[in-house]
Amino acid sequence: MTETATYKSPSALRIYLGQLAQNPMGLMGLILVLIVVGTAIFAPWLAPYDPNQIMLGPRMGSPSAAHWLGTDHLGRDLLSRVIAGGRIAMLVAVATLGAAMTIGLALGLIAGYGPKWLDNILLLVFDAIRSFPVIVFGLAVVTLIGPSLYTVILVVAITSIPIYARIVRTQTQTLRSAEFILAEKAMGASTFRILGLHVLPNVLGPLLILASMDVPMVIATEAGLSFLGMGVRPPAPSWGTILNDGYNFIRNSPWPVIAGSVPIILVTLGFTFLGEALRDIFDPKLRRNL
Amino acid sequence: MTDAPLLQVRDLSIDFGTPRGRLHALRGINVDVPKGRIMGLVGESGCGKSTLAYALSGLLAGNGQVTGGAILMDGQDVTKMSDRQLRDMRGQRVSMIFQDPMTALNPVITIGRQMLDIQYRDPGTSAEKRARAAAMLDRVGIPDAAAQLGSYPHQFSGGMRQRVCIAMALLTKPDLLIADEPTTALDATLEVQIIELLRELQQEIGCAIVFVSHHLGTVAELCDDVTVMYAGEVVEQGDVRSVFHAPAHPYTQALLECDPARIKEATRHLPTIAGTLPDLVNVPEGCIFAPRCAHAWDRCRAEHPAARRASAHHTAACHLLDTEART
Amino acid sequence: MAIYALQRVFLSALIIAVAVTLLNVMLHLVPGDPAVMVLGPRATPELIERTREAMGLDRPFAIQMMTFFGNLLRGDMGTDVFTGRSVTTIVMEALPYTLSLISVSILWAAAIGIPLGAYSSIRRNTWIDRVTGVLSVGTISIPSFVMALYGVLIFAVWLGWLPAIGAGEGLGDQIIHLILPAFAVGVSWVGYIARIVRASMLEVMGESHVRMARAFGLTERRITRAYVLRIAVLPAVTLIGAGVAHLFSAAVFVEVIFARPGIGALIVAAVNERNYPIVLGAVLITTAIIVLATLISDLVIAWLDPRQREGL
Repeated sequence: MTETATYKSPSALRIYLGQLAQNPMGLMGLILVLIVVGTAIFAPWLAPYDPNQIMLGPRMGSPSAAHWLGTDHLGRDLLSRVIAGGRIAMLVAVATLGAAMTIGLALGLIAGYGPKWLDNILLLVFDAIRSFPVIVFGLAVVTLIGPSLYTVILVVAITSIPIYARIVRTQTQTLRSAEFILAEKAMGASTFRILGLHVLPNVLGPLLILASMDVPMVIATEAGLSFLGMGVRPPAPSWGTILNDGYNFIRNSPWPVIAGSVPIILVTLGFTFLGEALRDIFDPKLRRNL
Repeated sequence: MTDAPLLQVRDLSIDFGTPRGRLHALRGINVDVPKGRIMGLVGESGCGKSTLAYALSGLLAGNGQVTGGAILMDGQDVTKMSDRQLRDMRGQRVSMIFQDPMTALNPVITIGRQMLDIQYRDPGTSAEKRARAAAMLDRVGIPDAAAQLGSYPHQFSGGMRQRVCIAMALLTKPDLLIADEPTTALDATLEVQIIELLRELQQEIGCAIVFVSHHLGTVAELCDDVTVMYAGEVVEQGDVRSVFHAPAHPYTQALLECDPARIKEATRHLPTIAGTLPDLVNVPEGCIFAPRCAHAWDRCRAEHPAARRASAHHTAACHLLDTEART
Repeated sequence: MAIYALQRVFLSALIIAVAVTLLNVMLHLVPGDPAVMVLGPRATPELIERTREAMGLDRPFAIQMMTFFGNLLRGDMGTDVFTGRSVTTIVMEALPYTLSLISVSILWAAAIGIPLGAYSSIRRNTWIDRVTGVLSVGTISIPSFVMALYGVLIFAVWLGWLPAIGAGEGLGDQIIHLILPAFAVGVSWVGYIARIVRASMLEVMGESHVRMARAFGLTERRITRAYVLRIAVLPAVTLIGAGVAHLFSAAVFVEVIFARPGIGALIVAAVNERNYPIVLGAVLITTAIIVLATLISDLVIAWLDPRQREGL
């Protein structure tokens, strides 16, 4: 227990923040992430216009004092649309990773602590799910239940569950035979007590780091499906729909494509750099494709 | 013994850069190895015997640095050699056997290919080199040697792999073989066989051997001379018989008392040397062994002892030997 | 070796069967009638009934599954709802375009990524290593469709050097049409491969057999190329094998953006017209290829690494 408790003590936190400050890429990542998250939270106050309001001014306009990123093919303000899109992206990321982590945690604990046959069945299902490409699987689901924000969340959550469940399973199995767990068991501790008190705090750290590294993947999948017209429905301003509109008029103006893609690039870089730095600081042994 | 020794280590000092500061791993080491003799290097883990062994063939880890002294091979200083000269020396005049035979061979290349590769400087066709490799494997006791050239290391047991390593090391008939605890990872019966094999081959080839070990019995059996090291310094050295029968340094005495093979009376506890190794980042003044020595007096804590003659055939670095000063 | 391969093939078949069952279960859990989904809201009840019979939807689920698997074993994946053509034929027509796209993409990525990773591991902590490191992370995290859009914008729209639409006619033209799509799909893999090769090179460099090779006076060049790289590429092979799923995902975007024929374009078109048999067939074939790719990468590793051959 003393080992897990160190994560929470303030002095340890300060040490970790100090380490992060010494890692230039990690610091840059943190700043980018804070900007994007801040923009997403305060989107309604930051956006200069209503993202769906059609302006009387020029269509496909280049950046100007009134429209910093220009306007799209309907004359909507791109900056306002990009800011609103960030809110959607963050919403999808939080909802998806929250769901995937919770379900993955539960299934991983069952696979790691439950009977062997159940473990084998779950592993087979995990492998089967992982053998679908996310986008192809997403398209198949869209045919079934139609495109929407919730379809995107469902698709990405289902395809991410196996990654989390596998990590939890491995950690649970290692801990299961650890001496202090065996001692607790011998003293008659219930399975729930052992899982809640010992296994959970030990798997939570790696899980959160993995989740922060998965944010780019979730955002890219949301934007990708929306780009194909299979995700967030127009006129809602997802970065993917902005790109789709922009792609259709790419020979008329590059600005919508640039406006839609730069935030994707920045946010994926930000979360990747931050996640890498966090992984190096907390858990150098944690690898991605576990 | 008319000519100069094959290997002369002169006042050698080596530092390692560590996060805590510079670690003075070896300080003022002097060792002579004449042609065709076997020199044992003994001491506790961390005394620097492996560091010395690696330094002899210029294979120090990246953070290691020679800060003083010289290693003369046939009069040529190893510490000043270029990469090219080092490469020419290694595997030709000096070769090495390592502690763990399980990891010493490349796992994805056949034994034959690896034995062929190390002969890249030798004349002859590859068929001749293969034949030479097979003959050497046969010599170290690998059954069906010619066929085994196509095998991979994992197909051999630990003892067999160490035999392969020995075959590779002696293939080019070197002048000096450095053996870094070659039997530590093997069980006792294999250890005897490997030692026996090394002795036979040494007599055939006539090479000198530097044999690193913490097993005193093995050293007594195999070696002609012995160098006892403690915390990066040589504390006693000389003829193996003289050193082991009449140890002059308190550390050597303690080491011999702790050797399970030498305990004569039945006892419930294995004897140990009290205390721990000193901090080598901030090396204390005086004799390095003084804090753990039962005989230490004021002089030991103030003055570093020089090597003194302890018998006709060996020397020790201890103030106790300074008979004039004691009386 | 043969037993190992057989085990793997069996497990792969099992994974595909589970995957197909999952898809079919999902189809039945979803509220709404697949026949209605196919025909749209304005279909007459008689038409819906006939379509249900044609699709076998009036029979119990277990029977449907058995029929489905039975047909699948004969290579029959049903018929296109609109044209009545065999789904197998339609999917197989599209497949070569996608396969050539993803194999060219991964080949050029490996051809650059492996030497880059090896080089930066040898020149550790120099500026070239740092630049490679940052670029790797950067390219890994940028999605392929963003790469594709910039490819179109820069090389097709602004510079006009390369075509942006279609797959081309004749070999030379096809190659030219493949440049931008293969760049978009492969570029993040350069980073992936370089990173993993660098990491495993450094790991292998620290193993004691490398020290032994040095102790025998082998040249650094020989040690890196013949002794270290052979072990260090193994994780990269696993990564590529496991990454074929990502390659297919990337191919979907790239085929849509560059208006290339292929599995991805086929699925997107089929989803838009709710042509469920085609979607299912294409997903099935894609899954099978992905499972097969993992199998092949395992076998390649067993071939490169003798320890794997007997241990399994």
